[in-house]
Amino acid sequence: MNFDYTEEQQMVRDSIARFVQDDYDWDTRRAIVAGAEGMSRDNWQTFAELGWLSIPFAEADGGFGGSVIDLSVVMEELGKGLVVEPFFPTVVLFGGLVSRAGDEAQRTSILESVIGGETLGAFAYVERQSRYALNDCKTSAASSDDGYTLNGEKVVVFNGENADKLVVLARTSGEQFDEHGLSLFLVDANAQGVSKVLYPMMDAQRVANITFDNVQLGADALLGDAGSALDIVNEVIRDALLALASEAVGIMGTLNAKTLEYTKTREQFGVAIGSFQALQHRMVDTMMAFEQSKSLLFKALCEYEIDPASADTTIHALKVLIDRNSKLVYGEAIQMHGGMGITDELDIGHYAKRLMMINATLGDGSFHRSKFIEQTYAA
Amino acid sequence: MDIALAAEDLAFRDEVCNFLDTEFDAEMQAHLKSKGTTGMVAWQRKLHAKGWVAPNWPEAHGGTGWTATQKYIWESERSLRGIPDVVPFGLVMVANVIMGFGSDEQKEYFLPRILNSDDWWCQGYSEPGSGSDLASLKTKAERDGDDFIINGAKIWTTYAQHADWIFCLVRTDNSGKKQEGITFILVDMKSEGIKVNPIIGIDNEHNLNEVEFNNVRVPAKNVVGEVGKGWTVAKALLAHERTGIAGVADIKRTMHLIKEAAAKETNGGQRMLDDAGFQQRMADIEVELMALEFTELRTLATMAAGGFPGPESSLLKIKGTELQQATQELRMELAAYYQGVLPTDMDPSVLGHEFGSDARRAFMYGRAATIYGGSNEVQKNIISKYVLGLE
Repeated sequence: MNFDYTEEQQMVRDSIARFVQDDYDWDTRRAIVAGAEGMSRDNWQTFAELGWLSIPFAEADGGFGGSVIDLSVVMEELGKGLVVEPFFPTVVLFGGLVSRAGDEAQRTSILESVIGGETLGAFAYVERQSRYALNDCKTSAASSDDGYTLNGEKVVVFNGENADKLVVLARTSGEQFDEHGLSLFLVDANAQGVSKVLYPMMDAQRVANITFDNVQLGADALLGDAGSALDIVNEVIRDALLALASEAVGIMGTLNAKTLEYTKTREQFGVAIGSFQALQHRMVDTMMAFEQSKSLLFKALCEYEIDPASADTTIHALKVLIDRNSKLVYGEAIQMHGGMGITDELDIGHYAKRLMMINATLGDGSFHRSKFIEQTYAA
Repeated sequence: MDIALAAEDLAFRDEVCNFLDTEFDAEMQAHLKSKGTTGMVAWQRKLHAKGWVAPNWPEAHGGTGWTATQKYIWESERSLRGIPDVVPFGLVMVANVIMGFGSDEQKEYFLPRILNSDDWWCQGYSEPGSGSDLASLKTKAERDGDDFIINGAKIWTTYAQHADWIFCLVRTDNSGKKQEGITFILVDMKSEGIKVNPIIGIDNEHNLNEVEFNNVRVPAKNVVGEVGKGWTVAKALLAHERTGIAGVADIKRTMHLIKEAAAKETNGGQRMLDDAGFQQRMADIEVELMALEFTELRTLATMAAGGFPGPESSLLKIKGTELQQATQELRMELAAYYQGVLPTDMDPSVLGHEFGSDARRAFMYGRAATIYGGSNEVQKNIISKYVLGLE
């Protein structure tokens, strides 16, 4: 039993931390977020050169062949820096789907350019009515003479503004709520019949609602087997939930550290406000919330390493705990920073907003608690 | 990072299971349920015969030399079977103090007797006027030749009515800061001038006591560590107590009992296990418990590697006791009306219920957990000062 990171993992961690410290200070990030694309292409190239974009992909596909723990290290550090570049949508979701579902030709043609930083990707899976139910899918892909015709709308597509390529979840058979009959398609973001409505989210993500109007797809656009996409999507979501939890742990630790530092320097009534017991005990509570979240993340990672499917119950629990504990951590961080905590200028609120979006991504605490209950107390 | 059990760990688990399943037999179970200390002493001696009574002692003194993983396996298998942990006052608390600060003579005399459960120990820390502010204690020990003469009173002394020895913090000097002038001393409970007054607890049981000292003569060689340095000794003991106090395995056992009972308890014909509200209550506790288990494992792993437990360890007492109480409360709710049943010899078939009285007793006794070993509020003071660096 050990909970140490390997030397290699420590090096990746240091490398990202150095980037955040040297090249990603708060003013720089603000400028990036306010820029035309809401991300920095230069930074993305740096990520490629430093090898971060290759970490989860198999060596055979030109990747680093990293484990889920390697991915966790990356996400935690990106979280600490509140890095806005679309690692999660491009590498974890889009790349993860291509890597798991793609045939050799698809993997070769796409992953290399993802790893090289040339291709940005997105996964289009949410619909207006679907909330967190992946099976609730009205977007359809009808067989045509030489492929498929795609029709429908996906909403809140992360990185939808900048993605060059999309993986789209669409129905090839069955009714709206059927688990079966769902398939994945690789779609060029500029293909004829694809139109986008762009909008920014509170955590500075650039998302899009994307409409597919008789988009003609070749047979080679099908990613994986027709009709059984959910199995692979659920595998990728398992990775994605661990990635998000890792990012959340990074953010929670940072919020706690910033808040602690602030209460040691901010003076009121002639003393540092950190000398007040009313605040001290609450900071112990937020410290415990962070450590507990980290512990449960470790449990999930360790179980995943033994057998990914065996981690599912713990991953549901993790999403429940992150939801609950992050609310405590960001709530207290804002409160203890007083008036400054509710300004746009200070970073605290931005960290909070990212945590809120993490909670709302791929199922919130209530959603995962129901899943946990189904798996744990089923008759 | 990994938690996969190695072949030798699996073999160890088999050995533990075999031992517990053989030795914790019906006779032993009945013995442990009987009043008094003889059942516990018999069980601890069985553990000692196997060499397993003191997993946290160094091997040189008769500990097991177990790895963190082995300790975890032991705790899990023990609590899974509903086997109580050893009584901590001798085997955990005073033993650690004697090993860390005691004279060779004290080690040679007391440690083997503690291992063999020859003496029943109790803890003399709190006083009627000194609870959370422990350093304000007033029980006085005055030097008289080769002896100290002790006067004063200790309170909340668990099992003092059974005890052969009490380890005490006493005041040997009043002149400096209140933390100075405190001395750690071992007192024979058969000494003249000691009086034990029972205190009936909120659980309707007699576990707690007040211990009066009236001119009690104690040899100066019973001081552990230096005279006047008792506060240092006491703090070391509390740190030890904190890391072992989460009791995750026992909380899991309570959750297991709750789930078992919830499959039988019904409301309007529906099992409580299928009640949505009750399921959510269970899930909220279990999620936190799963995390706490790994917080404890992280601490074990750090300590096994020879490191000092990090910030994750300081929350073990707080979170552990909160979760203990949360599970105890849930079990009470599950018992509905029967949660109010007082101690009784009535047969469950006559009473109409299995666990109501047990749940009440555990819940009531469990109120102490957030108070003893330094109340949770004091724990938060300690964490904010020593971990967060807040003054």
